[in-house]
Amino acid sequence: MGPSASHGVSSLSSYWKNRARRHAMLTGYLFVAPVVVYVLVIHFIPIASSLYLSFTNYNILTAPKWVGVANYVKLLFRDDLFRRAMRNTAQYSLEVLPLNIAISLALALLVNRASRGIVIFRTLFYLPVVTSIIAVSMIWLWLYEPRTGLINLILGKLGIGPVNWLGNPALALHSLVLMRVWRGVGWNMVIYLAGLQGIPQYLYEAADIDGASGLGKFRYITWPMLKPVTYYIIVMGLISTFQTFGEVYAMTGGGPLDSTATVAFLVYQRAFQYFEMGEAAAVAFLLFLVILALSLANIRYFQTRLE
Amino acid sequence: MGSTRRFTLDLNEANMREIHESTCGAEQVRSGSPGPRPKVLLERRRSRLLRSALASAGVYALLTAIAVIMAGPFVWMLLSSFKPNQELFAYPPVWIPTKITFEHFINAFRYTNFARYFLNSTIVSVTATLLNLFFCSLAGYAFARLDFPGKNLIFFAILATMMIPVYVTLIPLFILVKRFPLAGGNNLFGQNGTGLINTYWGLVLPYVVSVFGVFLTRQFFSSIPTELNDAARVDGASEFAIYSRIYLPLSRPVLATLAIFSFTGVWDDFLWPLVITNSEHMRTVQLGLQIFRSQFLVDWGPLMAATLVVTLPVLLIFIFNQRHFVKGVVTTGLKG
Repeated sequence: MGPSASHGVSSLSSYWKNRARRHAMLTGYLFVAPVVVYVLVIHFIPIASSLYLSFTNYNILTAPKWVGVANYVKLLFRDDLFRRAMRNTAQYSLEVLPLNIAISLALALLVNRASRGIVIFRTLFYLPVVTSIIAVSMIWLWLYEPRTGLINLILGKLGIGPVNWLGNPALALHSLVLMRVWRGVGWNMVIYLAGLQGIPQYLYEAADIDGASGLGKFRYITWPMLKPVTYYIIVMGLISTFQTFGEVYAMTGGGPLDSTATVAFLVYQRAFQYFEMGEAAAVAFLLFLVILALSLANIRYFQTRLE
Repeated sequence: MGSTRRFTLDLNEANMREIHESTCGAEQVRSGSPGPRPKVLLERRRSRLLRSALASAGVYALLTAIAVIMAGPFVWMLLSSFKPNQELFAYPPVWIPTKITFEHFINAFRYTNFARYFLNSTIVSVTATLLNLFFCSLAGYAFARLDFPGKNLIFFAILATMMIPVYVTLIPLFILVKRFPLAGGNNLFGQNGTGLINTYWGLVLPYVVSVFGVFLTRQFFSSIPTELNDAARVDGASEFAIYSRIYLPLSRPVLATLAIFSFTGVWDDFLWPLVITNSEHMRTVQLGLQIFRSQFLVDWGPLMAATLVVTLPVLLIFIFNQRHFVKGVVTTGLKG
């Protein structure tokens, strides 16, 4: 390995350079090794084994039995609950997203000013975001309580009869939507706020000179300029609402009459309550494909915008 | 980090501009020489001023109304946890408790293992946070400052895992924990025992490295001038010394952001402890909240008191470190 004495000065220095480079290389691998091994074990290998399990019958106690695409065929063509869960999840997303976008954009426009005390409002609106989903669920369970919950108490004052928010199959999913919107608007408000700050001020100045109205400025400057932010919020919103689980588990248990069963809830239920791991893995993998498609669409959109 | 800095600056700049527009215009009218100006113009200015004052009052009224809706549930939780039972369920309702009671807190801690759950959550969250800080920043340093073949490929492969929903890896991870060799009575092939189920090791396992943390530290380290590395290398410092003695001390703000995101993320997580524990003693706080309710009966007072206790650490961390939260959101657009 060592340089022989006959080597010139230049090759000596290149030897040291090579040595330094090799050293940096080894150090680099050493530094990233824990993360790489971890990510392999915790993410990549589980995806592969999840894919494998989805083609088997597996109850943890006995070895997995290969069944081919039987799980997928059953899910897609013969499983009413899965179909119901897909419908519930889609409906939930489609209700949450427009409400969330409208309200969070309005909030962002309202708090995008330097007035006194505005930081307090921003903080308040963001509080539900940093509260755990289980804590939020517990608080809202109490708010939704049919007899002594705050919401029915207030409605009672207005003469509106007690509403069975979570017990009525026609209403339970909407009640979860309402809670999700309350919890989520602060998050999107911050993202919209960053978007608003990025709009060049001269556009508004030019519009002022032309005598544009506030509404006109919103329609022709703010909204179009925020388009990428809105797109981002929609895709991220779909990704996160498709994975709704905590509130369903903690508040409704998927009921009443499966009216709030979501796809993620189904994964949990089949895997850890019925121990049908193979079928649960198949549900999870279908969910994964949807989310992967959404993520890739997101990346593509922003790549083409950058070019 | 460069981008996050810019964000906060932008905020200020925009704010300044707005302050300028909303106040200076008005000031000029007031202090400017009114003498030669036509009276009509002044009148118009004044009415515009009045209108903007009204509009701003309207905005505040609207903001306050929204704030009541956003904060209301928290206030109701707070009131409920200090309200004696007879007022909690009174009809007509008692809005503000006539006397403050601590019985719900005492009951929550006396009749359940809640103190233990609090300890469990603390152990798991703190351990995960420390491991995160070390492993993420170490890898972040290598991705930012060291050259090795395949660096970008590895980096993007790691980043790509952010797209993986937790439900896909949940089942294999559960099996990994349950079949962990030579743990919890398992043999070498992971049979016959419970593995790492109901252990702190099992609870910490999926939180050890957050990809978000690798990304965050790498971005920040990339903004540190490389001259520092060159100088230190000339002095014979090892890469690990450069990382630990120069880069880490310079990175306190970003490490604080990462620590906050790790801690709150682990503290708030629910699914993993739900899957990986079944013993009374190994629950975390989020799971612990479930014990105040059975199918038909809910112990509302203690439940609200316990919810308050569980939420408080994260709320306090948030209120005192808001800038870090906003930074995290804006750099990555991802929730920690």
